[in-house]
Amino acid sequence: MIGKIRLGLKKTREALTDRLAGLFSRPSEQGEATLEELEEVLLTADVGIETIHRLLDRLPKESRSGGSGLKEALRQRMLGLYPPPPPKEGPPPKPWVQLFVGVNGVGKTTTIGKLAAQRVSAGQRGVLAAADTFRAAAVEQLEIWSKRSGSELVRQKEGADPAAVAFDAVQRAVAKGLDFVLIDTAGRLHVKHNLMEELAKVHRVVGRALPGCPHQVSLVLDATTGQNGLSQARQFTARVPVSDLVLTKLDGTAKGGIALSIAAELGLPIRYVGVGEKVDDLVPFDAQEYVAGLLA
Amino acid sequence: MFERLTDRIQGAIRGLRGQGKITEGNIQEGLRSVRLALLEADVHVSVVRDFLEGVKTRALGEEVLQSLSPDQHFIKILYDELQRVLGEGSARLKFPDMPPGILMLVGLQGSGKTTTAGKLARHFLADGHPCLLVPADVYRPAARQQLETVGKAVGAQVFQPEPGDGPVAICKKAVAEAKRKGSHRVIIDTAGRLNIDEVLMEELAQIVRAVAPHESLYVADAMAGQSAMATVKAFHEKVDLTGVILSKADGDARGGAILSVKAVTGLPVKFVGVGEKYDALEAFYPDRMASRILGMGDVLSLIEKAQSTVDAKEAEEMARRLKRAEFTLEDFRSQLRQMRKMGPLEQVLGMIPGLGAMRGVDPSQIDERRLKRVEAILDSMTAYEREHHQVINGSRRKRIALGAGVAVSEVNQVLKQYLTMRKMMLQFKKTGLKGMRRMLGGVGR
Repeated sequence: MIGKIRLGLKKTREALTDRLAGLFSRPSEQGEATLEELEEVLLTADVGIETIHRLLDRLPKESRSGGSGLKEALRQRMLGLYPPPPPKEGPPPKPWVQLFVGVNGVGKTTTIGKLAAQRVSAGQRGVLAAADTFRAAAVEQLEIWSKRSGSELVRQKEGADPAAVAFDAVQRAVAKGLDFVLIDTAGRLHVKHNLMEELAKVHRVVGRALPGCPHQVSLVLDATTGQNGLSQARQFTARVPVSDLVLTKLDGTAKGGIALSIAAELGLPIRYVGVGEKVDDLVPFDAQEYVAGLLA
Repeated sequence: MFERLTDRIQGAIRGLRGQGKITEGNIQEGLRSVRLALLEADVHVSVVRDFLEGVKTRALGEEVLQSLSPDQHFIKILYDELQRVLGEGSARLKFPDMPPGILMLVGLQGSGKTTTAGKLARHFLADGHPCLLVPADVYRPAARQQLETVGKAVGAQVFQPEPGDGPVAICKKAVAEAKRKGSHRVIIDTAGRLNIDEVLMEELAQIVRAVAPHESLYVADAMAGQSAMATVKAFHEKVDLTGVILSKADGDARGGAILSVKAVTGLPVKFVGVGEKYDALEAFYPDRMASRILGMGDVLSLIEKAQSTVDAKEAEEMARRLKRAEFTLEDFRSQLRQMRKMGPLEQVLGMIPGLGAMRGVDPSQIDERRLKRVEAILDSMTAYEREHHQVINGSRRKRIALGAGVAVSEVNQVLKQYLTMRKMMLQFKKTGLKGMRRMLGGVGR
């Protein structure tokens, strides 16, 4: 699993490494110039500007001049930004209801498909809710994933009320004693008031089908996203209680640095990382590995 | 999309106001703000560096024009430089006289290629060119069905591939069919792919060799970060792109990636996607974009948009009445309707100069529902009342309120707003845009 992240981050690492190697190996005479270079490296990785300034401001004086002390100090600082993992609780409720939200084209449906396949191969049974009733052929896309993964599918016709679809799926899972419900929603730009209201409604209605659910609301974030990722996360968390992030498409030149800022500002842990197109290319996130990968 | 960037730059420039001339010292703060603003807008660090270098050199090297204050002069230089990076003139699609003209869309996964394909088809069809949409994405589940749904929605034909055919074969056969059937435009929707996926990148090169598209357009997500530059570069090297389409520009992403793309490839931006509907495709005008970045607003786009939706006759009538210094409730109503026809208000307001910098007016906060209620109140008046607002007394107000399903106080409020607007409208000729801006800001709140 961890190897996968490493692989996905390889490109990221290589790009960063080339630039950081220079920084870390030579103590600079001018600390400020080094910090500026460092700022640029982090900027290039799409880390949020405020986060970068926070990181660099608090670097201890002695490490500012560069060298390996700088790297370790930075690594520690970056790790410190991540919220600690939540404590392990008892057995998860059944069915486990997870809602997926995010802007258009980040990979919500694909993530659900991969996750369903993994859960099914772990011996679970579940249902996918095609609550993206807006985008052309979104239902068909999820249907293919339901077949591939061996999960059930709850769908209505295009243009149906997404909340109703989600409600039905939860009810079915309860009635049949299934283990999980994964709810796909239409991609929506976070600035669209009405669409965000619709999402809040889906969340509300699902809670009526089964009190206490959804148990998990995952914001799916495209690793190629720039500074706007922070705005996305803020807006989505303002409307629905987002519990964590899924960082997709981390298999390219994109570094997904904005996720660090989101984790820091909103306290949202990254749960999964998408590093490729295959089913097992969705791997649990590991902060140590991620940060180490960025700075290796 | 660029609003906040605009605010930032205006903030920096305000600091220059009242200074005698531009010096190394007093320009620093301005440049720092501009740098931060550009970086927050996702402009690539190297592009920002070059850009600021250019601004600084010019700002210090040039004599401040007699007619300009230093802050105005700084704006002018910023504007010139921005325009230089963004390029000049609107870029049209180029197709041969002899159909079919072949267009290919490429890009990362989820950048919006399929939706854009539908928008382009609609655009071509509106110009009287029959189109053939080609599903060359054989990988993503239901990609073909999506294109079929899109094709049905916009009324374009969709090529039906034979089972087992790969993307290259599909494209070849589709072009042959287009020739046979007399389609004027072939729109190839390719699968999203990563620039580092060598197999899939090679597939694109094969499609290019097989059908030689006249336009190869890269669909760039307006929310893209720093990696946008490397990505578009890789695609450009592989398929010799002819242009860029900026997608999802209706969000609050400042879309600075497009500056990087321009700087690196020099490719023209041919369209901007501003919504999920198939008509949400706008032309890109670099000069207007530069104006918009610098807070001069996107007036031209607004005018163009207004022209395409506002009934020419009605507009003429309105102009006539304005000249006669009349502005009745009837005019108020037809204005309101025309405004609503132009699309979501936030989109329209975003184009109005100065709104970005106005305190307390967040276009997204303007409530569309409130506008609907205003319209309902106006609808509940008699035609006579709308022409002669003076006659609307207490009992008429009560009746109007009942008809619109609102409280009398709301009717009063609308009348009060109308009177304010009327006053401004009548001064419109004198005050120009300022009055208009204030007026629009007030309606929805």
